[in-house]
Amino acid sequence: MRVSLLALDPLLEGPLLWTPLIIVVIKVLAIFVIGLVATMFMVWYERKVVSGMQNRIGPNKTGPFGILQTLADGIKSFFKEDLLPTRADRVVFRLAPFLAFVPAFLIWSVIPLGGDFSTNSDGTVNDGTVVWFGEVTYVQLADPPIGILLVLALSSIAVYGIMLAGWSSGSKYPLLGSVRASAQMISYEAALGLSLAAVLLSSGTLSTIGIVQTQNSFVDWNFISTGIVPFVIFIIAVTAELNRPPFDLVEAEQELVGGYNTEYSGIRFALFFLSEFMSVVTMSAVMVTLFLGGPQPLTIAGVDIFAFLGALGGTVWFVLKLFLFLYMFVWFRATLPRLRYDQLMDLGWKVLIPISFGWFLLLAALREFSPDGDALDSTRVVLISLAVAGVATALFATALRVSARNRQQSDQNGVTT
Amino acid sequence: MSTDTDNTDNTDFYSRFQAGTSEGEQGLRLRSEISAEELMREVGAVLRMSEADVALLEDHPDDDETMIINMGPQHPSTHGVLRLMLELQGETVLRCKPVIGYLHTGMEKTGEQLTYAQGSTNVTRMDYVSPLANELVFSMATEKLLGIDDEIPERAVWIRMLLAELNRMSSHLLFMATNGMDLGAVSMMIYGWREREEVLRFFQEVTGLRMNHNYIRPGGVAADLPAGWRDSVMRLLDLLPDRLEEYDTLMTGQPIWRERLQGVGVITPTEALALGATGPILRSTGVEWDLRRDQPYLHYDEMDFDVIVGSYGDCFDRYAIRLAEIRESMEIVRQILDRMPSGNYRIQDKKVTPPPRARIDESMEALIHHFKIFTEGFKVPEGEVYVAVESPRGEIGCYIASDGSANPYRMHMRDPSFVNIQCLPHMMRGGLVADAVAVISSVDPVLGGVDR
Repeated sequence: MRVSLLALDPLLEGPLLWTPLIIVVIKVLAIFVIGLVATMFMVWYERKVVSGMQNRIGPNKTGPFGILQTLADGIKSFFKEDLLPTRADRVVFRLAPFLAFVPAFLIWSVIPLGGDFSTNSDGTVNDGTVVWFGEVTYVQLADPPIGILLVLALSSIAVYGIMLAGWSSGSKYPLLGSVRASAQMISYEAALGLSLAAVLLSSGTLSTIGIVQTQNSFVDWNFISTGIVPFVIFIIAVTAELNRPPFDLVEAEQELVGGYNTEYSGIRFALFFLSEFMSVVTMSAVMVTLFLGGPQPLTIAGVDIFAFLGALGGTVWFVLKLFLFLYMFVWFRATLPRLRYDQLMDLGWKVLIPISFGWFLLLAALREFSPDGDALDSTRVVLISLAVAGVATALFATALRVSARNRQQSDQNGVTT
Repeated sequence: MSTDTDNTDNTDFYSRFQAGTSEGEQGLRLRSEISAEELMREVGAVLRMSEADVALLEDHPDDDETMIINMGPQHPSTHGVLRLMLELQGETVLRCKPVIGYLHTGMEKTGEQLTYAQGSTNVTRMDYVSPLANELVFSMATEKLLGIDDEIPERAVWIRMLLAELNRMSSHLLFMATNGMDLGAVSMMIYGWREREEVLRFFQEVTGLRMNHNYIRPGGVAADLPAGWRDSVMRLLDLLPDRLEEYDTLMTGQPIWRERLQGVGVITPTEALALGATGPILRSTGVEWDLRRDQPYLHYDEMDFDVIVGSYGDCFDRYAIRLAEIRESMEIVRQILDRMPSGNYRIQDKKVTPPPRARIDESMEALIHHFKIFTEGFKVPEGEVYVAVESPRGEIGCYIASDGSANPYRMHMRDPSFVNIQCLPHMMRGGLVADAVAVISSVDPVLGGVDR
């Protein structure tokens, strides 16, 4: 019972001995260190890549290629004066940075960071377990059965940090920022959840390692097996969830000066900054896990080019895939202008949620009525679905038009903007 | 001695000159603190509506539904030290009041203390993004007063045109940078600055400085074009088209960019004319008004160029007009390159132009002229004059009243930024905070010009 509720890691099956305990402690430490180092690296990486795209040099003084710049900035911000605005709510103002920081950290605990997924000589694929000091274990801290729901829950909790930070500052610009933050994150959570549902449908499990195990060949990777649409929607929703450009309305410096963190300084500000970049890394890791097969190797003609690394190969694949998303986020930032608040809401509610919901229903219908992938059945299901989708779109468009007309009429009847 | 009465008289006397406003009173006040009539007048003046029309607007939210927020003067997107008081309902802007004067250094007043020969040093610092337009209009006004405006050597006129057009390009490139930045396209900021720097590099070759050139002076220009100037300009003309293509890829065709700008900050031709807007703002509404074509000065009547106009009067039109004007200016620069004559670069009038350095060693008379021009300046006949040219931001005019001495009795610049800023409350009304930023950006005010 204990095992099934807390974790399915084979490490914890059987009697609780010293070796598993020590392995867990080491894993906790490793997760902590990896989290911090990855964040520091991400800050440097973003600055370096963006500067490359903008014909600049970027940080280059601190350490080789300026890689220690983040460390230097962190140390500096520790020694900076920590201001507390007079009109701030003292307790909440101090609490908010941690509310933003801790959830970002915790998501790491359920991400499979590596493992042995190589193909055996008899054609079976290993399930990602590795053997450390005679103990069979997964390369991840915990594997709760509700794995991916925990990720969603934690990323929602992070909203509180931002919301409370803006509210407790007792200042107008942060307040505007936090109002934007809460609205934005709540709306995009819906699209995020719906596109995630498509993955869960194809994987049939909530456990993160379980989701990875089902993606053991390229065509089984979820971004293909769920038909790319949920993948694209998930990327957009995650970008909004992370307040990354082009959805960085929360801290739009041209509009709101600094957004929710305007009144923060010193290490409290650094914590917000850290949590933001850590979220970028963790959510990229979540995307790798959900859609790109996590540490699963990409085999070309049956050959895994990192096979010679043994069990470490999984980690290398994981990091490579992670970089894909990190680069993507940086690229977004360097290229796209920022959306406006109402456009953001329109995109979320009128485009992403209907599409992801419709796609989810289509996948469900396919599974129900064409379970063995028969071409004729599938075509029939798709055609019927298209017809249903057409009707639904027409209804939706009519609803939008009617509401727009009503709004116009009420405008004419008096309330003008 | 009745000292008491004297004192009172003096207080009365001086109080006449005090503005009677304070910084606090300039701010936007809550609706409950002002009378309905005042509010109506305030909104009506801004919207160019009659009071009866304003009364029909019916947006009278309570104080607790609105928030008065102070944007600037230290706000990142108010282009220097513009201060806006915004009344927000949620994120919607209901009222807006620009407050200026944070960069006021009394340059017009300083202009009265400086001789005409020193004047262009002063005016070049007003609208510091297009300094050459300031110098040009001041020099032209002075020349008109002197009555020598027809005698300026051809080469000087063509050099003035060349620099004025290049300045238009550099100014619009800066607009591209700031407009991109204000809408969140951070890379655009760097690209815009980069291209502008290329133009400024040419200015530095010619005038010795990147900005504040003091190059165009009454009587001509300060120095001849340096050797190799033609190659530098050609290099610029080769380089820019590709870069402008990149801007198109990055911004013009970008759906988010269009969404953010199209239909935002709309102003109609009537309103724009009523508010005195000129330049890209007026042209964005479809009014074809460009001083280069409609009141030709220098040799613009011999140039072949298009006046770019928009049709919607929104932020996107203003962006597109400026981008197109860069291309148009490049065309003009090409034509100037073909027709640049040789000859003197300044008028050979001993009263206005200092003698060449070599002459001072040889001629007593030259030494005296040199001394007199640089100490007491040259005297300008009595009279008043207004000259206007098309600066990148609109009509920049210079009004000089002369009392016959070597200093202007009054020197006033009609700066386009100052006038265009009046459009802000009008364009912002009903938009969101994000639109407000786009609107400020698209009006492209230069606070040095606004506050003078």
